Formats: sequence, C-alpha cells, structure tokens
Amino acid sequence: MNEDVKMAPYEPVVLAFTCNWCSYRAADLAGTARIKYPPNVRLVRLMCSGRIDPTFVLKAFASGADGVMMTGCWPADCHYRVQNVKALRRFELLRRVLEQLGIEPERFQRFYASAAEGQQLAAEFSRMIEVVRPLGPLSWGRLPDVAPDLEALGQDDAQADLVALEAVG
Amino acid sequence: MTSNEPADCPRVGVYVCHCGTNIAGTVDVAAVRDWAMERLGPHGVVVSRDYPFMCSSLGQELIEDDIRKLGLNRVVVAACSPHMHEKTFRGACERAGLNAYLCELVSIREQVSWVHTDKVAATAKAEALLAGGVLRVREQVPLEPMRVPINEATLVVGGGIAGITAAVEIAEAGFPVHLVEREPSIGGHMAQFDKTFPTLDCAACILTPKMVTAGAHPNITLHTWSEVTDVSGYVGNFTARVLHRPRYLDTDLCTGCGICQEKCPAKVVDPAFEAGIGYRKAIYRPFPQAVPRFPVLDPDNCIYFERGTCKACEKFCAPGAIRLDQQPEEVTLQVGNIVLATGFDAFDARRVEPYGYGRLANVFSSLEFERMSNASGPTGGQIVLRDGVTHPRTVAIVHCVGSRDRNYNEYCSAICCMQSMKFAHLVREHTNATVYEFYIDIRAPGKAFDEFYQRVQDEGTIFVRGRVAEVTDVLRRPEEAAEDGRLIVQVEDTLAGLQRRIPVDMVVLSVGLQPQSDAHEVARRFGITCSSEGWIIERHPKLDPVATMTEGVFAAGCALGPRDIPSSVASGAAAAARILGRIQQRELALEPIRAVIDATRCSGCRICNDLCPFSAITFDDVQAVTEVNPALCQGCGVCIAACPAGAIGGTGFSDAQILGQIEGILMFSGAADTTAVPEAIATPEAVPA
Repeated sequence: MNEDVKMAPYEPVVLAFTCNWCSYRAADLAGTARIKYPPNVRLVRLMCSGRIDPTFVLKAFASGADGVMMTGCWPADCHYRVQNVKALRRFELLRRVLEQLGIEPERFQRFYASAAEGQQLAAEFSRMIEVVRPLGPLSWGRLPDVAPDLEALGQDDAQADLVALEAVG
Repeated sequence: MTSNEPADCPRVGVYVCHCGTNIAGTVDVAAVRDWAMERLGPHGVVVSRDYPFMCSSLGQELIEDDIRKLGLNRVVVAACSPHMHEKTFRGACERAGLNAYLCELVSIREQVSWVHTDKVAATAKAEALLAGGVLRVREQVPLEPMRVPINEATLVVGGGIAGITAAVEIAEAGFPVHLVEREPSIGGHMAQFDKTFPTLDCAACILTPKMVTAGAHPNITLHTWSEVTDVSGYVGNFTARVLHRPRYLDTDLCTGCGICQEKCPAKVVDPAFEAGIGYRKAIYRPFPQAVPRFPVLDPDNCIYFERGTCKACEKFCAPGAIRLDQQPEEVTLQVGNIVLATGFDAFDARRVEPYGYGRLANVFSSLEFERMSNASGPTGGQIVLRDGVTHPRTVAIVHCVGSRDRNYNEYCSAICCMQSMKFAHLVREHTNATVYEFYIDIRAPGKAFDEFYQRVQDEGTIFVRGRVAEVTDVLRRPEEAAEDGRLIVQVEDTLAGLQRRIPVDMVVLSVGLQPQSDAHEVARRFGITCSSEGWIIERHPKLDPVATMTEGVFAAGCALGPRDIPSSVASGAAAAARILGRIQQRELALEPIRAVIDATRCSGCRICNDLCPFSAITFDDVQAVTEVNPALCQGCGVCIAACPAGAIGGTGFSDAQILGQIEGILMFSGAADTTAVPEAIATPEAVPA
C-alpha cells in the first residue's frame, strides 16, 4: 500500500469552507483576476465561518477529503461583528479532537482573507495542497506521532485504545 | 432512479452555462451535461442541458419551459458566482411558478474555469461542484423573503461634497437626513481649494451654495463637530449613536457675529483647514463661509482652560452664548440607510525624506499651496515663499509624491496630474514665474482634461519627464553658487536622457490621496469591508459601485478611492438614488436566512444565549426554552453550530443542505474514486511542448 503511494504523486482533495462576505468574495476576486490555484480545492459557501459545525468537518473527512480549510474574515472585520472569533474557538478545540482521531493537524487549517485578498487566498490554497500532499490519503486511527509516546509510558489502557482505533481504521 | 429517490421526489433540472468561452474554454460543458444526467440521475436529475449564455432571456426561458413542461421542482445552474446571477435565475424560477429558493447556483466560472488551466481536471472539478449543488438543492425548502418596514431617515457620514450631495438629493425628495461631520463645518476638502480643474471654477463659489442649501434645508439635521460612535441594527432599521463634541457655546443663542473670535487673545497655527500655514484663534470659525456659522472653542489652546482665567469670549458675547462648562452630548438616531462619505487624507509628504518637506522651508505640500493660492487664505492669494513676502521666480511642481511608488502607495491618486497643472496655471497667473512640472506620466483622461494640459504647455510651463530623486539646498557645482538660498531639484530627464540639477525658489509636492487614518476602524463600526489600504470595497466594482457588502450601507466620494469632484458628486447622487428607490418601496425584502429554534428539542441549556451579537436570542423563562427573534437575527448561523441538541435550524443554510453539498462534492473524487483523480492530473505531461 505504502509503495503505491510513493510511486505517483498523491493528489489530495481539500474542502474549504468560505464565508459569504470575505473569503468567498476573495475567491470570486481570484477568479475575476484569473489567479490560478490547484483544481483539488473545492469550496463550500456559508454565511459566516461561525456557521461551521464540527460535524461538517468530520463529514468532509469521512467523505474523503484529505484536508479541510476554514476561511473567513479577519478577526476584527467579521460581517457579523465577532462571530468568526467564535469559529476560531471551535477550530482550536476541533483540531485537538481530530488529532486524537489520528488526523494530522496539518489537514485542518484556517486562513483569513478579506474580500480584497484574492491573491493571498489563492496562494494559501496552493500552499495547503502542498502541505497535505505528502501526508497522503487520510488514515483514520493511525496515530503516528502519539503512539510511540504511549508505548514508552507502557500504559496498557492507552495501548488497548490504540489497538481499538487501528481496528476502526 | 427508483431506489435512491427521497420522499418528496425531487425532480432536478441541471443547466450548464458556457458563458461564451469563459467557461466552455476550460470546462468540457457537454461532458459535464452528460455526466450529470448519467451519474446524478439517481439523485433526482431528470434533465440536463447546456447553453451558451444561460443568463440570456433565451437561456432563462429554457429553464422556465422545463419547469412547466417537465414538472421540475429543483433547479441547479452551473454558471458564474451566485453574487453575479443568483437573482437572475431565481427570477426565472419564480416566473415559472417555482419558489425562488429552490434554485441553486454552482460557480464553475470564478471557482473553476477562471482559476484552472487543465481542462480534464477543471471538468472533473465542475462535475464535483455540480454534484454538491444537486445534493444541496434536494434538501432545500421553499422560503419567502422577509419583509421589514424601512425607516425613511438616512444617516450621511461626512460633510464633504459627496456627503452634501447625497444629503441634499435625499432631502429634496422629501425624506429626513442626518448629516454628521467631524469638523466644525461641512464643506470637506473642497472648501479649502481656490480653483477647480480644468474649468478653473472658483471652488467656494460653487460649493458654498450647496453648503447653505444643506445647512438650511428643513429635512437635513446637521451634526457637525460630531462623530458616529456606534451603529447597530440592520438595513431599514439602524440605530446610530452620535457624539456631539462640545463647542462651548449655546448654538440657540449664538448669532455667529464673530466677536468672540476677534477678541480671543490665543492665536495658534491652524493645522486643519489652513493646512498649517495660517493661524486661527482658540475660539474660531474655520472659514468665513462655514456652515453652520457657529464658532467652536478649542480647549487645548484656550487660555481659560489652561490657566483658569481669560473668558474674553464670554465677556464680549452680547447674547451670552458662551458655555465654558459644556459637556459632550450623545444622541441616538434611528435611520433606514447609511451613506459613508468619509473622504480622504492627504499623503504626509514628510515620509518622502529626500524631498525635504518639513526640513527645507520652501518645499510646500499641495494642500499648503491650495491655501496659499486661495484669496481668503493666509496670504490673501499671494504665492510667496515661507518668508511671506518674496515671490518665487522659479517653481518646481513634483507629481506622484506618495503615489505610484512601492515604498508608499502603489496606486495612482488620479487627481494629482490635473491638480499639478492647475497649480502651474495659478503660479503663472499670480507671479509669472518659470514653472517646471516633474512627472512620470501625464494622466489627463477626463472631460476637457487634455485640452487643459495643452493650455498649460502653451502658457510656457516646462514639463520634465522623470521622477525627482532629491530636493536639496546643498550646492554641488560652481555655477550653483550664484543660486544661493535656492533649492536644487535633482532629476533624471528621461526624455533627454540626462541627469539634471535645476535650481528653483519653491517646490510644490503634489501629494497623493490616502484613506483617512481611521478608515479601518470606521469600516468595522459600520460593518463593512475595506481594502488593505483602507478604501471601502464596493459590492461590485463596476455594476454596483456605491453599495457596500452590507445591505443598507452605501459609500460615496473618495472613501471609495481617489477621485475628482465630479465623480464624488456623481457617486453621492448615485448613493442617494439607490436609497430613494428603497425608501419609496416602504418595505424591504430581506433574504430569509435565519436561525429557527425547534422548541420541542430545545433543552433550555442556554449555550446559544450569549453567542448572538444582535440580541436576537432570548430565553423564555416560563417555557424554559430559547427563542430567536427573526427580525433581529442576521443569519450568521453561529448558534446553529453551537446547539448541542441540534435544536436550531438554519433556513437557506440548513445542516442537511450543507452536509448534502459536502457529500456531493466529495462523492466522485478522493477516497471513493481514487483512479479518476491521478488520471486527470497526468494529462498536461502528455501535451507536446
């Protein structure tokens, strides 16, 4: 399986949530200005990044996304005043949860883009693809970084959890 | 088509737009059309068509016919951004009897054909986005726009020519306007100017009648020396708090006679109206034609505020209008629409150190020159050196100071070429001095602009093409010794291919325009967006140039970007026209994107209660459930995402719609269909170089 991954460069699929007022407009601007980015990025428009329910992110990973981006207005520029900050709180928590599920934190990233920052957003899309590509396909429950530490501690319970998670994956 | 059919039997029509070659040049639209029919048939697609221009009346009729004949109950149009044509296609659906909100737009132009080059990959992405649209539209339910009454009053922020125009237009139509200006008088920058290009109209002669109209209009309430501190609410029903800074006098009693100003012993440099080259008193009216006519007391320079004695103004004021204990006062305004005409700031020429502004006495900024050439200015219209008496024999005018320069502002300030040529004309007229214009390119694209350029050349102004390297008083060559006390302009004359050192008496720096220093802060206060520089972003740069992203908030004048007086006036009038059109409808249709609580599922945990910045969420103590006020809800969806019980739904952006879209987008790519993607990406290598 690993051999196959190494042979052809893996083309990940990244789902990016955008807010209606800033980042979606930035994506429109990138389009109008014909700024190129990889076709593996697909956008979902929401009214505000604060609308992002953690289940949307889990659904995206479960449906085959290799990376998920949460994009929205800059913290002080939210169309709904402060709601993107509430999204940020959830982002940090969700990222930790995802890590526990064996999803590398790099696969879930956030980016701010004002309606005028089409170029920056396109650049970020390109960067995200390059970050996710080497990680290869999503592997639930692999826990690559956490596992050795737990083993070193010799925690039987944790070891059992690990085995259980691997079974799920 | 039988097994996967959901309960309400969606019959989806898919329409793929070519947009000429905008989409069809990169996306294989026929393939997308066939793919949709074949692969999305099980998801309810019953017809799939492509058309060169879906937005054309023929394209729209295609959709309308299918709705009627095929009994479609959902429509997906794969075309441009919903911000472009969502309304168009919703209208088509409505005409055919289908609820407008059962139409979904999938952006395969801004998100696919314009940003990707590989045709195979772009087609695959278009298909994926289309699948997302189909699975999303299946979950959509009919919605009705919310109707809210619109307050007839308008708040205009900024009393320059753009704001005055907007205010007067709305007031003339019979509706109330609150005009807020932070300076003591309305008039803005235009009031500081002497002449206007290219007609050489006297600025005061054309501006002051407008100012008087605005000041005296029964429908206009002036709030000068005031600032908007807070805005809440939404289109049709904004609440604005306006802080009236104390003028230290009772405007009901003040007659505007000016005796206080005459008797005030504290004389200080006026950095605002006189651009730092003239003086005013501590109690002052910024200029004779100021509207309103009342003076304002500046406590920072007032002897009474400093030492506790003086009160000369109070002693001489016959009606007894002076109020030295006056406090700031806050008023609350209810308005339906807002115009932001907050204007610009002049670029600070001190930042371009080699030009010596602030260091070399006879280097002036363009605003200083405007005041100097103004007949009611500090020099009475005399163009003189900093000593106040000597007329210059040679004057250099430097273009693009702070503009078209990566070190400062990259953009062209639009007005400086014409302004500089106006200066050249005025210098010639007033002093007969030799005038040099140092320019990069002459930009004279307006009506009668190029003719003015020709006229200034004919008058003998010498145009030198080249960016000035330095203005200095350090003499380098022996012949420059004769030029004692003069300034040397070091420039590369790019037409002659020479380095030149030109001695002059006076240098005028034609500074660019930049956003007000608090532009970002103001944008936040009004819930709108501005560019990184601070210019307000229009809803659409071409088709909606005076609206902002926020419904009910419009912008006019230089707050949108550098522009001249006619453009500022036009944008002010345009904003007024937009607002009048809305007011006359008496009520507004708002997008029905709202949070809705299912009381039977609400556990009363109150987690959502503190999340709403619009106070739309309240708690019913009796029923022990949370409620959402749809009139206050703005539809951000934060509470929906936060509800642990899933009791809050969101119309227009429901969980089912979003989850459906996610599933659709990923259904035929990534892990589920790993072979398709690498094949698609491999194609460009096969193309011969």
